Amino acid sequence: MVENRPFATFVSHFVLILGVAIVAFPIWITFVAATHDGVRITQVPLPLLPGDQLFANLESAFFTGVGNAREQSVGMMLFNSLVMALMIAGGKIAISLLSAFAIVYFRFPFRMGFFWMIFITLMLPVEVRILPTFAVVANLGMLNSYWGLSIPLIASATATFMFRQVFLTVPDELLEAARIDGAGPLKFFRDILLPLSRTNIAALFVILFIYGWNQYLWPLLVTTDKSMYTVVMGIKQMLEAAEESPEWHLIMLTTLLAMLPPVLVVVVMQKMFVKGLTETEK
Amino acid sequence: MARVELNGVRKTYPNGFQAIHGIDVNIADGEFIVLVGPSGCGKSTLLRMVAGLETVTDGEISIGERVVNQLEPADRDIAMVFQNYALYPHMTVYNNMAYGLRNRGTPKDEIEKRVRKAADILELSEDQLARKPRQLSGGQRQRVAMGRAIVREPEVFLFDEPLSNLDAKLRVQMRLEIKRLQRSLGTTSIYVTHDQVEAMTMADRLVVMNGGRAEQIGTPMEVYERPATVFVAGFIGSPAMNFLEGRAEGGKVVVNGAAGLAAPADIPDGPVLVGLRPEHLAVVDGGAAMLELAAEAVEPLGADTLVHGRLGDGQLVTIRLSGTPTFGEGDRIALAAEAANLHFFDPETGRRI
Ligand SMILES: Nc1ncnc2c1ncn2[C@@H]1O[C@H](COP(=O)(O)OP(=O)(O)OP(=O)(O)O)[C@@H](O)[C@H]1O
Ligand SMILES: [Mg+2]
Repeated sequence: MVENRPFATFVSHFVLILGVAIVAFPIWITFVAATHDGVRITQVPLPLLPGDQLFANLESAFFTGVGNAREQSVGMMLFNSLVMALMIAGGKIAISLLSAFAIVYFRFPFRMGFFWMIFITLMLPVEVRILPTFAVVANLGMLNSYWGLSIPLIASATATFMFRQVFLTVPDELLEAARIDGAGPLKFFRDILLPLSRTNIAALFVILFIYGWNQYLWPLLVTTDKSMYTVVMGIKQMLEAAEESPEWHLIMLTTLLAMLPPVLVVVVMQKMFVKGLTETEK
Repeated sequence: MARVELNGVRKTYPNGFQAIHGIDVNIADGEFIVLVGPSGCGKSTLLRMVAGLETVTDGEISIGERVVNQLEPADRDIAMVFQNYALYPHMTVYNNMAYGLRNRGTPKDEIEKRVRKAADILELSEDQLARKPRQLSGGQRQRVAMGRAIVREPEVFLFDEPLSNLDAKLRVQMRLEIKRLQRSLGTTSIYVTHDQVEAMTMADRLVVMNGGRAEQIGTPMEVYERPATVFVAGFIGSPAMNFLEGRAEGGKVVVNGAAGLAAPADIPDGPVLVGLRPEHLAVVDGGAAMLELAAEAVEPLGADTLVHGRLGDGQLVTIRLSGTPTFGEGDRIALAAEAANLHFFDPETGRRI
């Protein structure tokens, strides 16, 4: 809109700023809490300005651990989360690219049957099939492993659909030109489809990384060994300290650390992310 | 360099639609063949069958004595230029041209040499070689598409309406360039177009197609001077040929409202269709008149003038005169044509008599 009405401008800005404040305030409190020591944080009123304990807190979070997750340093949890999120995002993208490629470019028997089978898995997220999935993972001996954490989350109908749409926008002539140029199916996939889907892959990576990073229920089930805890479930474990009261300052610090990687991924890949979701021209 | 032979080629699409109903063409080495016809007549289908992008339902296609029906496009030794160019958008111009050669395992320095040579021929600068296709104009993209075909040094070039996305002026220029290039390379070429000017100017021989059949195969002048069917007669030439309904009686053809026309002696009695090209009708003195036309519209085109009018019985006729006419709309004019420029067709079969 190119209107120029001061009052409307004021109101819209006011509403937007209010919205930002509502979202940002809890994060600010988290940050403030992470910079005070354990005593100050339990006193009323809650501090609203940062204290000077950030580095001390960082040290104890990384080297002593917190609450029920005592022997487990936050650093290790972050690492576990990172590995899990990367495996899930990477695995989902790889599998979806290949299945979309098969569905769009090959005429095999029961093609539509397979297409609908993939479609139906949309209705079966992990939470729905959690017991059978757990049984399978347990029987395969994948409890307390990165494989167990990520493989059951990898199949993805959504990503397959997205890549299918992307591939459908690639003009047939490109395939034909590639055939004349002597590119077989895999070469065509690698040399032409992959580069053309680059931005879409990046966009999907952002979404799937965050999806993987934020997994809670599944890691809770398959990890009993503290060395395999992920940070999101680790936070929950920290609350369940046996005798002492929760160490809020450290928990808040961990929360803050857990929020960082997704933010980083979004910030770094923002440009490609937007392009991948909006760009249609091939 | 190679001959291309199509023997009884048919195509039925999986949905049961028969797009090509048996076509035989023998294309000589180095010949420039143009497939021309109205939209949907099967030109692209036929070309794509030669390229190997469509399967051949029936018949045989051979390139350089080798039957290629079962071969992959890459193994047929052809290169194709697409209507929308089909350049790889993420590769530089250089890589677009080099891609096919790399896939064939051509040595690097050989690729470099060929791409440079093609760029030279097509006047693509060093700077343009490093750009992506989207950073080029339509005409330049067209050149790159040509370049990609040239570097392969194929036996046969296939073109599917390569100029139809260009503006009129560029089209004329590229038309000349493609023709010149083909002459100098001497590569057998099959060129699809629905533009009859392109067809007439570029072709060594034309294949005029209609509804999946080859109506006539011949040099542009043969097709123009002796069209084999009513369809070809009406399709080639602009403005289109006039057709008058008449009757043959005892070696003469009588058209309503016109004097008897001299006809080939062996013409059987019965209805005939007389074809007269607009440019072959001339204004004459009353005595020599074959037709009398009531002029209804006069369209000056500069060098020529088109006159649309009606015969006595209402049949429409268009004529093309050079210069500015001395008469105006509403006048009656007397017309005649040389006997050699009259075409007679059987109205039943549409074939030339
Ligand atoms: N994949 C297909 N399946 C079924 N019918 C098809 C298919 N492709 C083309 N056709 C039909 O075959 C006929 C010939 O198509 P083709 O593309 O060869 O026409 P064309 O002569 O190239 O026309 P244009 O000048 O419009 O490009 C058309 O009637 C078209 O509808
Ligand atoms: Mg076509």
